[in-house]
Amino acid sequence: MRLPAPNAVLGGAIIGVVVVAALLGAVWTPVDPLKINFAARLQPPGGAYLLGTDEFGRDVLSRLMAAAATSVWISLVTVAAAVTGGTIIGLLTGYLRGWTDRILMAFNDALLAFPGILLALGLLAVFGANKYGIILALGLAYTPSVARIVRGTVLSLREREFVEASRVMGNSEIFTVMRHVLPNCIAPLTVLATSMFGWVLLSESALSFLGLGVPPPAPTWGNMLASSRSFIAQAVWLGIFPGLCISLTLLGINLLGDALRDRLDPRMRGV
Amino acid sequence: MDRRELLNVEGLTLTVARTGLDVVRTIGFSVAPGEIVGIVGESGSGKTLAARAVMGLEPPAIRRSAGSIRFEGREVTTMAPGELRQLRGARVGMVFQEPMTSLNPSMLVGRQLDEGLALHTKLAAGERRARALDMLARVGIKDPEGALSSYPHQFSGGMRQRIMLASAMLLQPALLIADEPTTALDAVVQRDVLELMVELTRAHGTAVLMISHDLAMVARYTDRIIVMCKGEVVEEGTTQDLLRQPRHAYTQKLLAAMPRRLLTREVPPAPAPAVEVRDLVVDYAGRQGFMRRQAGKRALHGIDLAIRPREVVALVGGSGSGKTTLGRAIAGLVRPSGGEIRFAGRPVVAGGEGWRDYRLNCQMVFQDPYSSLDPRMTIGALVREPLRLMPGMSGRDKAERVVEVLREVGLSEDYADRYPHELSGGQRQRVAIARAVVRRPSFVIADEPVSALDVTVRAQILDLFAELQHKHGFSCLFISHDLGVVEQVADRVVVMQDGRIVEEGTRDAIFDRPQHAYTRELLSAIPMLESTPGGGVRLRWRLDETSEETAGETGRDTSAAAVALR
Repeated sequence: MRLPAPNAVLGGAIIGVVVVAALLGAVWTPVDPLKINFAARLQPPGGAYLLGTDEFGRDVLSRLMAAAATSVWISLVTVAAAVTGGTIIGLLTGYLRGWTDRILMAFNDALLAFPGILLALGLLAVFGANKYGIILALGLAYTPSVARIVRGTVLSLREREFVEASRVMGNSEIFTVMRHVLPNCIAPLTVLATSMFGWVLLSESALSFLGLGVPPPAPTWGNMLASSRSFIAQAVWLGIFPGLCISLTLLGINLLGDALRDRLDPRMRGV
Repeated sequence: MDRRELLNVEGLTLTVARTGLDVVRTIGFSVAPGEIVGIVGESGSGKTLAARAVMGLEPPAIRRSAGSIRFEGREVTTMAPGELRQLRGARVGMVFQEPMTSLNPSMLVGRQLDEGLALHTKLAAGERRARALDMLARVGIKDPEGALSSYPHQFSGGMRQRIMLASAMLLQPALLIADEPTTALDAVVQRDVLELMVELTRAHGTAVLMISHDLAMVARYTDRIIVMCKGEVVEEGTTQDLLRQPRHAYTQKLLAAMPRRLLTREVPPAPAPAVEVRDLVVDYAGRQGFMRRQAGKRALHGIDLAIRPREVVALVGGSGSGKTTLGRAIAGLVRPSGGEIRFAGRPVVAGGEGWRDYRLNCQMVFQDPYSSLDPRMTIGALVREPLRLMPGMSGRDKAERVVEVLREVGLSEDYADRYPHELSGGQRQRVAIARAVVRRPSFVIADEPVSALDVTVRAQILDLFAELQHKHGFSCLFISHDLGVVEQVADRVVVMQDGRIVEEGTRDAIFDRPQHAYTRELLSAIPMLESTPGGGVRLRWRLDETSEETAGETGRDTSAAAVALR
């Protein structure tokens, strides 16, 4: 057994801390994250409030923990939705080819032509700005790229002889796809999903920053960062801590994604 | 040394830098000016690495840990990078295996030919062009002017290999290293390219170091042979001596692995053929773009073929002859646009009543054992998978059958838990065969089942195949471009060209009395090695007597025959 790569250890540690904070934040926080206390407005870090308080006197640490739950949950569900949808479309188009492929891919490419964030903005205007709207909008925005990648993998896999061997055996098309094609797509999908987790986290923060994210008073890292803008001169920590959370999580996810890619890539496995 | 050597390699050891594993161990050999030397060995024998080290082109992961390489009296291993670059191309040329990838696809042929000349000579642009044109004409390119302003993809594989040869020979190197120069080419094209190479190098006094796994080919064209095995030179000698009297056990094994004709088998007469193909037509649809539509291509023009029970029918032909398409159509992988396939007297149509029976009884062995096994499944699961659709088999029966079949193909049941990437090519092909016969089918299609394998492994797999065929008595359609292999396994031979059957007959009839011109061309393209009493082999040119008749017909053939008789 090889020692785990250093990037896997560091990435895993960061993500571990975030996940623990998010899980904990869902059930317990030092102070109620929504409790307003005008007596303790804009307290600097240290003292009674470890990471200080915001313009309404709410505890920043508690809010960050609660936000972690929201942000991580949104990202997870969005990635899961995009990967599921994209994989189904990719498998259909890549394996069936023909008109299914042309019609679905034309639609897919049209979606890909819009920048993801712009597409999400448009969709949010329709769905309304809340948690589910964000998941739906971002999920839709990220599905096309998954579909593209899965389709490419399937296209090369379906020409491989083991897929033909399965057809000669008399297996149905569905069995062939589920048994031989899908499992061989997992390696690129894992890598894609981890990096997408990072993009979604950023997009969610960006949407919140633009005021189209989870509506206040519920905290997310994005809307905390957004509201800190007006107080940047008096309370710089309001922007620093959520910013740090976002950057560190991204770093962790990317490190973990790199490590996963190295482990799952058959070319790295050596024959 | 009583003669001046061009290249002298002594005690060369190459090591994988990361693991310290020696892949080439203290080998030594030499090449005299103008000599043609062959290095023969199976995959992993280190032959390519040894040859690349001569040009200082070993891959970065490989380190030279000992030994000296002297070229024209100068030590290559201690040369400064600049000196080494002057050597490469100008004094030592190289022809690679894969003509599809060894030319830069985005550069005009003319510029690629010019590159070396501009770098290593002081000729003016006009002179360089004249030389390139002259060389292209000599390698048999019909329109040299046009070729200069064409891209590589506009040429066939054989033509590209000629261009590659032209670009290496333009600088008139003292040594040409040819790494499996014709492995990727068709039999007929292979002969043309090799003879051209011999002719050109002879004219310029260029020595050739030819690396190949194909013993018959090396025996045919070289003066001396070096046999490598597991990183060591095990035997070296003049081609004649080495073939007549191989001394080392490995060389003997290599020579004994040559396919040979076995006794004619009796195929029991049967009232009806097992598989019958009538007037089969297959069209490939053209590419449909957004705005344009390319015309389709007819791959098979009305094929009639019948395979009797227990009979092995071989399908031979060059690439593009439609032999693989026919196999795939019979396997049901390609939908025919006309004609019918009958199995056990019933027509086979997807979804029809005979379909399921046929599907259970027809199996296929593919060419590439590296791609025909799902990398994410264990050997046991792979072999068991076809049993999934067997009616009335209990789980226990299936498990027993898997073990039984694994033993039949010479793998113990310990292999059941391993993954394909843990197995060698030969073992994988055994698994592929096990998967094909696990249902006890009555008909097996084998598409080039041994062409990706080493010589000695190939012999083992062929023996295994014959044994299984004898034991279970399935009919077989054996698709191959390798006539030696076909001669060993087939009862009947079908020759295809351009999507049509041009000749068919019993094995002896086709090999001894070929009627069609294309069959004769195929047979005479490849030399064969024939065992002689005393463990040696002798080079035999198929259709010897007839090839002299045809030699009078064309001028080029005469010169080729002259080289052959040297």
